Amino acid sequence: MYNYLWLIPIMPLIGCIINGLLGKKFIRSEKAIGAIATIAVFLPFLLSVKYFFQLLGDPVKTHQQVIMSWMSVGDLQIDWGFLFDPLTALMLLVVTGVGSLIHLYSIGYMHGDPGYYRFFSYLNLFVFAMLMLVMGNNAMVMFIGWEGVGLCSYLLIGFYIDKKSAGDAAKKAFVVNRVGDFGFLIGVFLVFWTLGSEHGIWTLNFVDLAEHGHLLGFGGTIVTAATLCFFLGATGKSAQIPLYTWLPDAMEGPTPVSALIHAATMVTAGVYMIGRMNVLFAMSPTTMMTVAIIGAATAIFAASIGFAQNDIKRVLAYSTVSQLGYMFMAMGVGAFTAGIFHLMTHAFFKACLFLGSGSVIHAMHHALHKAHLHDDPQDMRNMGGLRKKMPITFITFAVSCVAIAGVPGLSAFFSKDEILWYTFASTRGAWYIWAIGLVAAGMTAFYMFRCLYMTFYGKEKTDPKAKDHIHESPLVITIPLMVLGLLAVIGGYVGVPAVLGGANHIHHFLEPVFGHAQEAYNIGIKEALYHNYAVEYFMIALSIAMAFLGIAAATVMYLMKPELPAAFTRTFSTLHRVVFNKWYVDELYDAIVVNPVKSFGTFCWKAFDVKVVDGIVNGVGKLTNLFSAGLRYTQTGLFHNYALAMVLGMVVMVAIFVLR
Amino acid sequence: MISVYHYMTVAAILFAMGTYGVLTRKNAIVIFMCIELMLNSVNLTFIALSRHLNNMDGQIFVFFVMAVAAAEAAVGLALMISFYRNRESIDVEEIDLLKW
Repeated sequence: MYNYLWLIPIMPLIGCIINGLLGKKFIRSEKAIGAIATIAVFLPFLLSVKYFFQLLGDPVKTHQQVIMSWMSVGDLQIDWGFLFDPLTALMLLVVTGVGSLIHLYSIGYMHGDPGYYRFFSYLNLFVFAMLMLVMGNNAMVMFIGWEGVGLCSYLLIGFYIDKKSAGDAAKKAFVVNRVGDFGFLIGVFLVFWTLGSEHGIWTLNFVDLAEHGHLLGFGGTIVTAATLCFFLGATGKSAQIPLYTWLPDAMEGPTPVSALIHAATMVTAGVYMIGRMNVLFAMSPTTMMTVAIIGAATAIFAASIGFAQNDIKRVLAYSTVSQLGYMFMAMGVGAFTAGIFHLMTHAFFKACLFLGSGSVIHAMHHALHKAHLHDDPQDMRNMGGLRKKMPITFITFAVSCVAIAGVPGLSAFFSKDEILWYTFASTRGAWYIWAIGLVAAGMTAFYMFRCLYMTFYGKEKTDPKAKDHIHESPLVITIPLMVLGLLAVIGGYVGVPAVLGGANHIHHFLEPVFGHAQEAYNIGIKEALYHNYAVEYFMIALSIAMAFLGIAAATVMYLMKPELPAAFTRTFSTLHRVVFNKWYVDELYDAIVVNPVKSFGTFCWKAFDVKVVDGIVNGVGKLTNLFSAGLRYTQTGLFHNYALAMVLGMVVMVAIFVLR
Repeated sequence: MISVYHYMTVAAILFAMGTYGVLTRKNAIVIFMCIELMLNSVNLTFIALSRHLNNMDGQIFVFFVMAVAAAEAAVGLALMISFYRNRESIDVEEIDLLKW
């Protein structure tokens, strides 16, 4: 049935090895390298599509395939095993589908880069790790993928090896992620040990965990502690408060990397992980509430920072953090399907936005280069009026902007509305989470249209010398844009809710994964609101109004009266400065974590290592020297002295023997 | 009647003479001959005690000592010849490079 499941992750790995080992010396041709890498992701996509449709018509929804045993120690049995169920199927489509489009795009974007082969090798390795993450049938295979994507993220953020800021950002991402990984591991150990020692079920297999998870007891301390640890892992990987600071810095990497890793796939790993462990999370209302509150806080906090950023990629980065907050809100109130649904639509429109920004940066970079200028090609204050010069990029970017803003009929409208509805109506929801989500939705619409207007509308602020060199990007860049733009429009129609006359296919598709836990732990729509279409219509109207309010505000400020933002900045200069500097969170972390750790490190180095450790080692040497300084004069080199010493020694020995 | 004690006494005297020679003489050849003297006094002890104790082990041991002494003499003389070629002397007082 699903016999070739293992081919899906293996193919990108092969592509990575071919390009990594042979790319520099033997293949060389950019076209060949790009083609190998793209095909290595596109073939798994075709296979995923085939298996997806096979699963649709299959009455059995959960399939496992064990390739071989990995380790078997006492009660611990871990296999190289793959899991294929609706959740994995959907993630496979997103990862390989969006992944192959971004590979195609990179062929054009990375043209002429000396590290071309290296880039595609890393990119394929990333896809391999991500596929292991979403396909693993136990927590350890997932952890391989979890660490693998972290490593690839590090390698790709620091891809421009001659830029110090890129190296710093890569290190930051890696170190911050370690904190999260630590939480993930502790969570795995806790569950494994408790289930094993108390109930005799030694397992890390997700299917077994889902089946036996209830043994841990609803609302128990262990399950709460374990799921909180898992959530710590998720905040690291998915850039939530308090571990979100690495994501905006990660924009130092090439733009396709931002689109693939820091928008569409890797950062959603935390959401996927909560979905995969939904039974455990459902058993701990405390954790669920924490997840929802952190998600809501992140959503509004990141959105506020998005207001004042001028770097086009940073705006998108904060937008990603904010949208991930939405997904966690959904997971936290038990609307797992809505979270995964938003994950999918977000992958489409955010990848499109990032690739669109990449297309703009690409064009700006070349234009500035030709004009011998050193302006920042990513600064929106140098752009403006690009819509006539880059029509395809403009249209796809605008479509995705409209989609993310939540305008009715486009993908994010359906997914975001579903999340907002559940935060209000779910038995685990709360009105204040909904309220925060609603405000954040308006803010999203505002800063995204601000970004759109600053880049594509208004006066041309590019230096006149460079202006005429700006051209639309080649087809290899614009085709992925068009496909993703189309998906950003129609992607939402798989989940049209019943209230709008839809069938909500995605709900029924994911039902086998989430339905069990939702039923067992009473997660669903509150009884009073069940089938209460009046309230639901009102909610939808409210969020549409909010979206248009945000768009209108941005239109007034950045299109009709361009002098308004400056006046606003002057009036609220303190507020603007604080927001512009990202609420000084980085500085705060520097002060309370980074600098104390650094000074502790300096202390260990200068006081402990140099004085104590080196002191002991050097002291032993010095002491030996001191003794030998006197003793070495006994070595006269004269034969007679040695002979005499031997004879005297002999006499002493004989004397002892005789006189004893 | 010559008893084992007489043999022992002769051996002790020979050993003491050898030791004295090793400690006082400067000529390497003479020192070498003194060492042979010491070895032979030991051989004498072995044989006398072997006879006294009715045990053949001592006599076998003497053959070993003689064989090893022959080998040692060959190596020692070779050393001395090569030293003489360098220094035109075999005075042990002048061989004192290996010191602090």
